[in-house]
Amino acid sequence: MSDLLRAVWRYRHFISSSVRNDLKARFARSRLGAAWMILQPLAQVAIYSVVLSRVMGAKLPGITNEYAYSIYLMSGMLAWSLFSEVVTRSLTLFVDNGNLMKKIFFPRATLPFIAVGSALVSNLLLLVATLAIFAIVGHMPTLALAWLPLLVAVLVAFSLGLGLVLGVVNVFVRDVGQVMTVVFQLWFWVTPIVYMPSILPGGFAKVIAANPMYYVVKAYQDVLLNGRTPDLVPLTWTAVGSLVLLGLGFLMFRRAAPEMVDVL
Amino acid sequence: MPNVLEVNGLGKAFRDYGSEFKRFATWFGMKVKPRDEHWVLRDISFAVGRGEAIGIVGQNGAGKSTLLKLITRTLMPSEGTVAVHGRIAAILELGMGFSADLTGRQNVHHAAGLMGFSREQIDTAMPEIEAFAEIGDYFDEHVRTYSSGMQMRVAFSVATAFRPDILIVDEALSVGDAYFQHKCFKRIKEFREQGTSLMIVSHDSGAIQGLCDRAILLNQGRVLQDGDPVVVMDAYNALIAERENSTMKVERLETGQTQTISGSLEAVVDSIALHGTDGEAIEFIDVGQDIELRVDVDVRADIPRLVLGYMIKDRLGQAVFGTNTHHTGQVLENVRSGDRVAYVARFRMDLGPGTYSISTALVSSDTHLVDNYEWRDLALIFTVANHSKSHFVGTAWIPPKIEMNVLT
Repeated sequence: MSDLLRAVWRYRHFISSSVRNDLKARFARSRLGAAWMILQPLAQVAIYSVVLSRVMGAKLPGITNEYAYSIYLMSGMLAWSLFSEVVTRSLTLFVDNGNLMKKIFFPRATLPFIAVGSALVSNLLLLVATLAIFAIVGHMPTLALAWLPLLVAVLVAFSLGLGLVLGVVNVFVRDVGQVMTVVFQLWFWVTPIVYMPSILPGGFAKVIAANPMYYVVKAYQDVLLNGRTPDLVPLTWTAVGSLVLLGLGFLMFRRAAPEMVDVL
Repeated sequence: MPNVLEVNGLGKAFRDYGSEFKRFATWFGMKVKPRDEHWVLRDISFAVGRGEAIGIVGQNGAGKSTLLKLITRTLMPSEGTVAVHGRIAAILELGMGFSADLTGRQNVHHAAGLMGFSREQIDTAMPEIEAFAEIGDYFDEHVRTYSSGMQMRVAFSVATAFRPDILIVDEALSVGDAYFQHKCFKRIKEFREQGTSLMIVSHDSGAIQGLCDRAILLNQGRVLQDGDPVVVMDAYNALIAERENSTMKVERLETGQTQTISGSLEAVVDSIALHGTDGEAIEFIDVGQDIELRVDVDVRADIPRLVLGYMIKDRLGQAVFGTNTHHTGQVLENVRSGDRVAYVARFRMDLGPGTYSISTALVSSDTHLVDNYEWRDLALIFTVANHSKSHFVGTAWIPPKIEMNVLT
């Protein structure tokens, strides 16, 4: 593990320049450039707000802001977009870079770092935009915002762990990529982002309680919307589970690395 | 000479587990027998010394690329080890990882980073890379707008910006314009003088014999020969001519050279000699002397078409002249078993002083790849000496008439 980290450290410039190039390449030749990183999730938020704010707005007790539902929505979306970006990128990480891995030797461990780095940058932009919109509608952040880096860390650990496991398996069994598009849609809807958990019938609540993303999203909503300290007990469990998953991901990655190029 | 590369008992197998879940199980320490193992490389051992140039030859599928990938560590060996003392750069990956939406300069940064160099090192080398590529203002344009030649120029410049301990060169180098190719070879030669070892993969015997001290012939994943490039290239030529029920024989001559004979032996060269116009057999020939090459062929089976070809090669094995009776329109048809054919080729030995060899081929058409009755390397060795002409150098005798006018 330590030689892995040492290699990554030696290639830190490569990682940072790859992240930069990745963002640059993604928006090269588009007029609005990096703005698209923010516009896409915000457009989704706008749609849900318009369609659902009347129905859902009333279900948020204790919040007086008339845009409360939009704020709720954006808090959850911020977490979900980081999660989905890290997982989808890790899922195809090795398949997409197959050609490079076949031709050039470089520490493969840099790949997940590049994926996470570029996801973090775009998520940071989204966070800035989100906070700006909050300010415009009169919702000022509180000191609880200081919890956010920790939440991001837990979320990244969970997403990367899951993404690595899936990404490694996807090299050998390509069906994983297809299955995950469906799973992701389902997962989005069993996570209370668009709706509040309070509106759910009893049986369904159990499903949600088993969803690690629920705790992360809820913590995001606590911090960003309610301005209070997130519920630390479930969050700690999620963090522990995420680290185990991350360990498993890196273990599989290490074991699979020698064979990966054989099948790419 | 300390070794920069040591390859020991190297082997690579592609494994098929039947079900991928069995493969996953092996990662967690379970012992699962693969359903099928396909060895593409096995028992490969050799070492490369500092400053040595080695050619790797072999037919398609012989395992050349797999060997290179194992050496550059993009593939992991299934058995054996590869020990590299120093840095490897490979020109086979030219332009890999270039992004069309970045400028040449940005791509250089990225590619050099991929090779593991720090930002400071890259910045220091940047002016040199830009100068070597010679693409002017295009260096700061998007790679999208580059021609393939320009991309190759930038790629080669980055790949060789830092002198490696081992440089791997493959056919990729044959792209690009002649001017830049020369520039590339010049740089490769300079590296070599400074102690870089070369590994060259090519089908071009000229390149192998001209650049390498040693060649390795791979066949079906194993080392068939490892030694002098001239000998190995002969064996390689014999190998590609090898067909079913054909034999291949490698003999050591008294001169210490190795002779390769291969083919179905349905017709064989019984004797070969050079004679003067007076009919005397000779071994030392004067520049420009008229001589006869006499080849007696024994036919051992009924053959529909018989063609004799011969090739004069210089000391380094480079072809000097070659032709055959197919090209001269003298094909013998329906030759019977037991026939004996006496060929005489008369020509003037307009070669420069030095030692030469003649290889012969008995075939049915213009190539030894269809019916190869016999292919015989170093069938005859002779020496050309300059007794009668003014001093000159080179392998050809091209007598000039020089005119001079002193203009005042």
